[in-house]
Amino acid sequence: MDADRKEIFRYLGYGRAEPDEKMKDFVEDCVKELEQAVCTKYLSRTYPLKLLPDHEVDGGCFHVKSRHLSRSLKDCDQVIVFAATLGTGADHLIQRYNKIQVSRAVVLQAASAAMIEDYCNRICTSMKTALEQEKQYLRPRFSPGYGDFPLECQPNLLDALEAGKRIGIKLTDSYLMMPSKSVTAVMGISQKPGSCQVKGCEGCEATDCSYRRES
Amino acid sequence: MSILQWMKEHYVFFDGGMGSLLQAKGLKAGELPETWNLLHPQALVDIHKSYLQAGANIITTNTFGANRLKYPRGGMWKLEEILQAAVENGMRARKEFIEERRLLAAEKEREKGYAEQDLEPYYVALDLGPTGKLLKPMGDLEFEQAVELYKEVIKIGCEAGADLILIETMSDTLEVKAAVLAAKETCSLPVFATMAFDEKGKLLTGGNVETVVALLEGLRVDALGLNCGLGPVQMKPIAKKLLEVSSLPVIVNPNAGLPRSEGSKTVYDIDSDQFAREMQEIARMGVFMVGGCCGTTPEHIEKTVSLCSGLEVKPIPKKNRTVVTSYSQAVVIGAAPVLIGERINPTGKPKLKQALKEHNLEYILKEGVAQQENGAHILDVNVGLPDIDEPSIMEEVVKELQSVLDLPLQIDTSNIEAMERALRCYNGKALVNSVNGKQEVMDAVFPLVAKYGGVAVGLCLDENGIPETARGRIQVAKKIYKTAAGYGIGPEDIIIDGLCMTVSSDSRGALTTLETLRMVRDELHGKTVLGVSNISFGLPQREIINAAFFTMALHDGLSAAIINPNNEAMMKAYYSFRALADMDPQCGDYIRIYGNVQTEPKNTVSGRKEVKVSSNTLGGKENWQGGNKKTGLFEAIVRGLKEAASLAAREQLESRDALEMIGQEMIPALDQVGKGFEAGSVFLPQLLMSAEAAKSAFEVIKEHMSRSGQVQEPKGKVILATVKGDIHDIGKNIVKVLLENYGYEVIDLGKDVPPQAVVEAAVQDHVLVVGLSALMTTTVPSMEETIQRLRKEAPWVNVMVGGAVLTQEYADTIGADRYCRDAMASVNFAEEIIGNSRKEA
Repeated sequence: MDADRKEIFRYLGYGRAEPDEKMKDFVEDCVKELEQAVCTKYLSRTYPLKLLPDHEVDGGCFHVKSRHLSRSLKDCDQVIVFAATLGTGADHLIQRYNKIQVSRAVVLQAASAAMIEDYCNRICTSMKTALEQEKQYLRPRFSPGYGDFPLECQPNLLDALEAGKRIGIKLTDSYLMMPSKSVTAVMGISQKPGSCQVKGCEGCEATDCSYRRES
Repeated sequence: MSILQWMKEHYVFFDGGMGSLLQAKGLKAGELPETWNLLHPQALVDIHKSYLQAGANIITTNTFGANRLKYPRGGMWKLEEILQAAVENGMRARKEFIEERRLLAAEKEREKGYAEQDLEPYYVALDLGPTGKLLKPMGDLEFEQAVELYKEVIKIGCEAGADLILIETMSDTLEVKAAVLAAKETCSLPVFATMAFDEKGKLLTGGNVETVVALLEGLRVDALGLNCGLGPVQMKPIAKKLLEVSSLPVIVNPNAGLPRSEGSKTVYDIDSDQFAREMQEIARMGVFMVGGCCGTTPEHIEKTVSLCSGLEVKPIPKKNRTVVTSYSQAVVIGAAPVLIGERINPTGKPKLKQALKEHNLEYILKEGVAQQENGAHILDVNVGLPDIDEPSIMEEVVKELQSVLDLPLQIDTSNIEAMERALRCYNGKALVNSVNGKQEVMDAVFPLVAKYGGVAVGLCLDENGIPETARGRIQVAKKIYKTAAGYGIGPEDIIIDGLCMTVSSDSRGALTTLETLRMVRDELHGKTVLGVSNISFGLPQREIINAAFFTMALHDGLSAAIINPNNEAMMKAYYSFRALADMDPQCGDYIRIYGNVQTEPKNTVSGRKEVKVSSNTLGGKENWQGGNKKTGLFEAIVRGLKEAASLAAREQLESRDALEMIGQEMIPALDQVGKGFEAGSVFLPQLLMSAEAAKSAFEVIKEHMSRSGQVQEPKGKVILATVKGDIHDIGKNIVKVLLENYGYEVIDLGKDVPPQAVVEAAVQDHVLVVGLSALMTTTVPSMEETIQRLRKEAPWVNVMVGGAVLTQEYADTIGADRYCRDAMASVNFAEEIIGNSRKEA
C-alpha cells in the first residue's frame, strides 16, 4: 500500500511549504501504522450509458439530472460504477487516536485520505490500460458530491455493486460512507480518446475548495 | 421431527442462491427483490421447489433485506405482507413438493416397495441479512435499534410459520449479536448464524474465526458457520479453523466461486461440478451442513447432494476452550498465563473516582491504553462508587473502551443491572467478575452468562463465608461448577478464584491459596484467577511480596492474574516465569524486553513493545522526536515534546510557583505557536503536538496544585458538538484540545448530537459559547436547526461554526455568530466573548 507523501502534507495544510525532518518522520511512522491496519477492497461493474437531453444521465443502475456529470460523460456509451475502501481498520485507528492523541489522528486522517486516493488511482490506471488495448478510453473518476452530482445517488451505486455485503461500505442517514475512507465514482468509457487522467480531485467543479489540489 | 433432532444424524443440505435465479426470471437492477414475494409468488414457489427437488432440506425465505429500514411505514410496500408472503411461498413450495413426492413414492412403492418414511423432512428458514447500516460507534445505528429491527421481522416470520431462523452474510459481530438476541427474545425457534469472511479469515469489521465462534457459542446459537464472500476453495481453510475451535455444528454455504464482474454481470471462477467436488472435501473434514450462496443454482446443490449424501455424520467433539474476546481479539485462558489489568477500578484512586463522577472518559481510556501498552491481555472494568448510577456509567465506559481498545474486558461488578447492561452492549464474549457459591448470587449471575455469553469468575466463598482450607474452597468450586451446569454453562466457562487473603493477618493465607490453585488444576482440571496484590495488604513495599507471590502462584498453575501491568516488579516476575517455565522460546521476549534496559527512571515499565513505555505516555510515540529530556518548559511546548514538557514542569515545580510557570512559560509558548499557525509557519500537526505537550504539563501542575490545596478556576465553559447526522469529530476534537489549553472547560457532547441536547446543555450551565461542527453539506441543515433552537431557548449563546464544507457565506446563511476557519479562530472567538464577559463582570 502506498500513499503520496506530498498529498498527505497538502491535506495537513502545508501547501507549498516544506515540512521539517521530524514531521516527515512522524508521518512515516503514521503511514507504517496505517498500512498494518488497512484492508483495501474494491468493486466495479460496467453498465450501458444513455445521455438524455437536459443533462439527464441514465447509467443503468442510476438515473440523475446533473450538468457536471453529463459533461464528464460526454461522448461515452458505457459507464463503470466503482467503489473502493480502506476498510474499518483505518477508522478504528483514527478513532483511537482521536480520543487519546489528536495530533496523530490528524496525520492518520490525512495519510488515509492520500492512501485511498492512491489505491483508486492504481486500479483506475490498470482499467484504463486494459481498455486502451481494446481502443476504448476511460474518463476521469466522478464521484457523488462533485459539482451537481448529488449524494442521493450513493445508494444506487452502492446497491448496484452490492457494496454493503461484499466490501462493507454502508451509508449513514446523511449519505456518509462508512468506512469513512471509501470512494464511489462513475467513469465514462468512450470510443474516442479524450481527457483520460485518472485522478479525482481536478474533476470537481468546486474550485474554491480549500483542499483542492493545485496543479 | 425438529431440525435440531434431525441434524444429529443426517446431513443437512441448504438451498443455493436466490438473486441470480430471480434475475433469470426477470428481476431488474434496482428492483427490490423482496417485493417479488408479493408480486410474483409463483416464481418464488418455483425456485424453492427446484431446490427441494435438488435435494435441499432447508429452503431460505426471500427476505434477506426485508426490514423496517428498507420498507418504512407508510411506504409503497408493507413489511408485514412481504414477510408473510415470503414464508408462505416457502411453505407452499414444501407442501407441493411433498405431495408430489408422495404420489411418486406411492407409485414406486407399488413397483419397488418404497415407504413413506423415506421422505426426508424439509424446513423453511426465515432468512435475515445485515440491517444495511453500520452500528455505532463506527456507524449511526444504535445497538438496541438493530435488536428492534430484527425482532419485528422475526415476530412476523415466526407467526407466519417459519421453522428456524437463519442469520447470514453477517460481517459485524455486534450486528450478529443484535440479531441473535432478537431471535432469543422473540421466539424459541432454532437459530443458525453464518458470517462472511474474507480470504484471510477476517470479517470486514475486523473479527476472526475465534472471536466469532466464542461470541456465537456464548449466545447459544444452534449452528454456526460461513457463507458468501468466497467460493468453496477459499472457504476450506477457514472451515478447517472453524472445526478446530467450534463445539457446535458447522455450516458452509459458499458462493459459486470467486466472483468477478463481466460488464454488469457477476461470473464465478469454477463450475458446478468443481463446486460439488470441493463441497465434498469440505464435508469430509466434518462439516455436516452444506449448501450454497450467491451464484449457486439447483444444479450446484443437486451435484453437492449426490456427492455428500453417502458420508457419515459423526458427533461433534467438545473443544472445552476457555476463551474471552473483544471484537477482534480472542484470549485463551489456560495456555500461557493471562494478565488482567486492574487499574480501571476506583478503589483507592481519587483521580479515577473524580473522572468517573465527571464522566471524564478520556482519563479512563488512557488508563486502558497504558495497560495495553504495558502488556495487559484483558482489562478489568470496575466503576463501583457510592452515589453514582453504576449501571449507566458501566454501559458508558464499556462502550467507550471497546470503541478505542481491542482488548477483551472483564466486567467487574456486583450490581446485577450494571452487569447485564455491560454484557448486553459488549462486542464479544466478556470475562464476568464475579459469581460465588451463594445460591442467590449464582441465580442472578448465571442466567446473564447463559444469555449473553461470557466466562464467569467463581469466588470460593458462599453463605458460610470463606472456607479456611483449600479442601473447603474446592467444595465451593464444585458447587459453582454444578450450579452453572444446571444453567447450561459448561466448566470451560468458569474460572475459579481461590481467593487471595492478606498474609499479614494470616500467615498460612498464601499457602492455602496456592494449594487451592493446585487442587483446581489437578483435581477439577479447571482454570484459576487471583487478585494477586491482595496478598500484601497492610505490609510495607507491597510490590516485593506481590511479585514473589505472583511467581509462586504462576508456578502452581494460576491461569489468569489480576495485576497492575504498569508495575515493573510484577512484569519482571511475569516475563521471568515465562522464560523459566518454557513458555518463551529461546527466552525471546525476555531478551527483547530486558536486553537493552539500562537504568530506568522510576514508574517506567518495560513493556511488551520494543520501545520503553511509561504509564503516563502513550506507546512511546514520542521517541521519534528524540527530545532532549533537559528541554525547558517553554521550548518543550513550542517543539511539541510531550514527555519533555511534563518532565520540565515536574522539575520546575520544585522551585517555582505554578501560576508563574503558566503565565511566564506556558501561555507565551502557546501564543507563539498559535501565532505561527495563523501566519502559516506552523502547521496543524505541530500546533496539536504543542497543545498536547502543554496539556501534559498542565496535568502535572494541576496535580501539584490540588495537593497543595490550590484551585485554578476555569475561564469559562464552552460547549462543543458535531451536529446530528455527522459522525466525523476530528475537527471538533482539535478545537477541544486547544480550548482546554487556554483554560476553558469544554463540555464535549460528542458526535451525531441532536439539536435538543445542545440546547439542554446550554441552558443547564448557562453557557455563553457553543461550537458546532459539520463535515457534510447534508448535515448543515441540522446545524441550522440547532442554531435556531438555541436562539429561541438560549438567546444568550454565541455560536461559532466550523467544518470542511462551511464557508463564511454558509455560516451567515444559517445564522451563526462566527465562522471559524481553523482551530485558532475558535480560541480567539472564545477569548473575545468569554474574555469580554469576564471584564464586564
